[in-house]
Amino acid sequence: MLPLVLDTVSFAINGRTIIDRVSVEIGAGPRTVILGPNGAGKSVLMRLCHGLLRQTGGSIAWRGANGGRQRQAMVFQRPVMLRRSALANVIYGLKVAGFSRTERELRARDVLEVVGLANVAERPARVLSGGEQQRLALARAWALNPEVLFLDEPTANLDPGATRELETIISQINAGGTKIVMTTHNLGQAKRLGDEILFLHQGRLVERSPADRFFQQPMSAEAIAFIKGELPWS
Amino acid sequence: MSKMNDLTSAFTQAFGLIGRLDTELLAIVGLSLEVSLTAVVLASALGLPIGAAIAVGRFRGRQPLIVVLNALMGLPPVVVGLMVYLLLSRAGPLGQLGILFTPAAMVVAQTILILPIVAALSRQVIEDAWHEYREQLRSLGAGPLTAAITLLWDTRFSLVTIVLAGFGRAAAEVGAVMIVGGNIDGVTRVMTTAIALETSKGDLPLALGLGVILLSLVLALNAAAYWVKEAAQRRYG
Repeated sequence: MLPLVLDTVSFAINGRTIIDRVSVEIGAGPRTVILGPNGAGKSVLMRLCHGLLRQTGGSIAWRGANGGRQRQAMVFQRPVMLRRSALANVIYGLKVAGFSRTERELRARDVLEVVGLANVAERPARVLSGGEQQRLALARAWALNPEVLFLDEPTANLDPGATRELETIISQINAGGTKIVMTTHNLGQAKRLGDEILFLHQGRLVERSPADRFFQQPMSAEAIAFIKGELPWS
Repeated sequence: MSKMNDLTSAFTQAFGLIGRLDTELLAIVGLSLEVSLTAVVLASALGLPIGAAIAVGRFRGRQPLIVVLNALMGLPPVVVGLMVYLLLSRAGPLGQLGILFTPAAMVVAQTILILPIVAALSRQVIEDAWHEYREQLRSLGAGPLTAAITLLWDTRFSLVTIVLAGFGRAAAEVGAVMIVGGNIDGVTRVMTTAIALETSKGDLPLALGLGVILLSLVLALNAAAYWVKEAAQRRYG
């Protein structure tokens, strides 16, 4: 279904422009990190890509073959867990996506094993720790075998240890052939996980560069200022 | 002093009736439970899906509908009784059924009485959950029907409380069952109508005995509702 092509996409609500004429083509392969300060419009841009919001201007299109919702998944900043076991949460996603009963159970057990939650599979999802819940959210999305996985600040609420665990899993998912598109305001994370950076500032796509070049020689004034300002905490 | 003695002896006799499982008392309690439980099952079968549909749906007239539904929670039982009476009376549109002054009519009246309670309160609970779940469920590809079913299941513990509240309301109301049931001895006499009648007749022991049972029932229901919710909260978060 990739590439995903955005053509002068805008999004405004109540007269306020959140996304301002963004044009970009997101292709298969490298991990794309949407970077920018809080309020830059990262989450909104991601929701537009995922189809949760509808753009008020421009167009968004999946140009590749075999498109449709089935092949994309998203993990939110705050995971929403259903009031049932961890395993049942993964199975739920598979059921909605139309997997057969036997395949659901197999796949669900599989992904829980990979994200290290097999030992809590039967526990109610909502009593798991924040890090475990986010890993479960990742497992639930990954189980669907998506071609593209959107991650919206997936570690924003996690401690450093849980963040590392999650980043490892994200790299694994990418190694398995799933395209990663992720937002973060954390420079360290962008460096660790990003192959290419889309730098967003006040709703505009200011810069798009390979990650190493972005951090060594940012081209836009906004990116330079952001990197400078963020460095002490990265 | 003698008044005090009257009261004391009435209480003593009342507990005596309960203690030896007086058949008349048991029959009245039994019919009460039968009528109100049937009504709450029917009201829930209709009200919970209605609540979920309004919570998840987006349609014209949704907001006025919510306002009306909320207002109907305060429906006076006697008004419901009167409406059902008019419907079921021989000259009424459903007079052919011939169920006026039978337990069936009482079930109909109580169902109408508590349907808005179940629907309005479940709508609120499910809509609150919907705000939290919406993006996640849509992201997973769930349509409105799947979302509604998911939310009904995920809010099940709060919904139990609502259903129990509906049952409490049905079991405790007197106006509707009095009008459509007629308080016929051995046929349509339930706890509340019996209490009203026995009190006016001066037969305090039976009235008091029924009152004690009714209060205990309401108390037990509330305890159950509280316990279910607490236990679920601890277990499922």
